Amino acid sequence: MKILEAKNINKYFENPVSFHVLKDISFSIDEGEFVSIMGKSGCGKSTLLYILSTMDTQYQGDLFFAEEKMSGKNSKELAHIRNAHIGFVFQFHYLLPEFTVLENVMLPAKKLDLLNHTKIKKEALGKLEMLGVADQAFKRASRISGGQKQRVSIARALINNPKIIMGDEPTGNLDSKNADNVFKIFKEISDLNKLSLLIVTHDLDFAKKNRSHHRNGRWTNNITIKLTLW
Amino acid sequence: MRTSYSIIFSITKTHLLTRIKQSAIAALGVTFGIGTFIILISFMTGLNGLLDGLVLNRTPHIQLYNEISPSQKQPVQLADNFTGDFNIIHSIKPKNNLIRIHNAIPIINKLKADSRILGITPQVSAKVSYLAGSIELNGMVSGINVKEEMRLFNFDDYVVKGSALDLLRNNKGIILGAGAADKLSLKVGDKIQVGTITGGIIPLKIVGIFQTGLAEVDNVQSYVNLKMAQQLLGQGNNYISNIHIKLHDMSLAAGMAKTISKEYNVSALDIIAANAQFETGTSIRNLITYAVSITLLIVAGFGIYNILNMLIYEKMKDIAILKATGFSGEDVRRIFISQAMIIGFTGGVLGLIIGYLVSVMISHVPMEFEALPTIKTYPVNFDPMFYIIGIIFALISTFLAGYLPSRKAAKIDPVEIIRGQ
Ligand SMILES: Nc1ncnc2c1ncn2[C@@H]1O[C@H](COP(=O)(O)OP(=O)(O)OP(=O)(O)O)[C@@H](O)[C@H]1O
Ligand SMILES: [Mg+2]
Repeated sequence: MKILEAKNINKYFENPVSFHVLKDISFSIDEGEFVSIMGKSGCGKSTLLYILSTMDTQYQGDLFFAEEKMSGKNSKELAHIRNAHIGFVFQFHYLLPEFTVLENVMLPAKKLDLLNHTKIKKEALGKLEMLGVADQAFKRASRISGGQKQRVSIARALINNPKIIMGDEPTGNLDSKNADNVFKIFKEISDLNKLSLLIVTHDLDFAKKNRSHHRNGRWTNNITIKLTLW
Repeated sequence: MRTSYSIIFSITKTHLLTRIKQSAIAALGVTFGIGTFIILISFMTGLNGLLDGLVLNRTPHIQLYNEISPSQKQPVQLADNFTGDFNIIHSIKPKNNLIRIHNAIPIINKLKADSRILGITPQVSAKVSYLAGSIELNGMVSGINVKEEMRLFNFDDYVVKGSALDLLRNNKGIILGAGAADKLSLKVGDKIQVGTITGGIIPLKIVGIFQTGLAEVDNVQSYVNLKMAQQLLGQGNNYISNIHIKLHDMSLAAGMAKTISKEYNVSALDIIAANAQFETGTSIRNLITYAVSITLLIVAGFGIYNILNMLIYEKMKDIAILKATGFSGEDVRRIFISQAMIIGFTGGVLGLIIGYLVSVMISHVPMEFEALPTIKTYPVNFDPMFYIIGIIFALISTFLAGYLPSRKAAKIDPVEIIRGQ
């Protein structure tokens, strides 16, 4: 099944001058696939990701999530889809600074409201454990290091067992050991639960490191969208 | 699908607690507004009640009397010869008929059957002069039914020396107004001569002194038994000059006065017409109280508005993250409205408590005025309605103050914030 499909997506910025950032982007991601988005700084990778993640609705073209059309849905419906099915890792690790690490991870699950508090807590601690930051669970999110923040935000992205993880350079702040670990985790979940990945990266290496190769790579404008096989 | 309140509340709580100082200041603004409202309104209406009570407690809801006025139909109009002519009559004088109410006893008996009437008591008024030694003073004696006056109009509250019941026991007793007693240098137990219009002089014994606090009453008025007043006028048992009626519900007074007046052909004055100036005084004092309180609450509301706006500005990133991870605009709005409401509620409840405590303190401050014999401390009205109005005020004003900022928060575009980094 196609988890995500973009059809002829165009995006303009009108300020300060009209600027056509995304030109006719069309591609799709299947269940369990890993797609990376590459390109020069400023070419529009983040902009594309915001559209694909349903956060940005100011675009032309059609976006499908799990074969359901997203374009035209209201903001509340989109918020629910993000909450239940999309895990997002920001380019700059965004946590709520006044909440503990654990609370940060638990929040999206509490919002989803499928499990009770104890189960959510157990899940959250499990994810933190996986990413090697369980010892930070009860600290305030503002009091941990950049790399730890990034891993916590990955744990948060995974908490609701999403269908797809979207990451904007999710390993940008991590040393290679931790970055490898993150991709190992992604791969495990992908194999187990058919998690799809859509990752913006500068880092061509990581694919090589994982002995993957590219298929179906294609240039659109300046953006390279590559399907990577694990 | 609506987000459970517990998660909204836990976010709200964290926001408030990590900014406890600002939250407390915002809440104290509301406390100040509500506290002042409670103190002001309790004290003002207490005072109103006191002032109104001075007059209204003693005032019958409807008074029946016979007004001396010129006849509407003059003899010339009755004469056939002059019908159709344009008659001009000069210097009309009312006939000097007695100011008694005709058929007073049957009227009283009939009205007693009316279920709207709490009580009804007859009075006999007579113009007299008080004589003590060489001093002579014009005055007004009212013959009353002591027990009924006590029951209906709290007569005994105003008897500051001696006792109202002594009048009942002593047919030759009189209860004199404090001002008159002062001028005549008389005290309880002294004798006083009362001169009647007809020229007779009757000696009476002072069994009590009363004081209403209204000089124009205390300087001239005195009370005797109904029989004695009839005797002073040289009239019989059925001579009644006024009938005083107290109703269960004062607001019916005006309407009933009209029907009674028509039905029995007497003049009827209702309490509202008789005391119009008190009504307006009361409503103006209430108006001022509400105006001041609302002003204070508006100021408090601006405080909340400001602090929420600041908070939302600081929390832009948090709002973007919440939205990115699946919270809807409505959730975000609820988070910030909740903060406003919690500030308003805690501030409001604290305001009620402080307002209550200060009111209790005021109600224990001694207040002694010669003119107000029945009052020992400052009057405070502890009507629970004020507390309900107070908390509703607090909630409404904080809701309004929180509404615009939280709507702004709900509309924040997460992409713009995240991209802005
Ligand atoms: N709000 C905006 N208004 C106008 N132009 C914008 C706006 N946001 C981004 N741009 C422009 O759009 C282009 C794409 O920006 P975007 O953030 O998507 O780049 P990127 O590919 O993610 O770069 P990087 O690798 O540095 O993160 C840039 O040239 C940028 O200047
Ligand atoms: Mg970017």
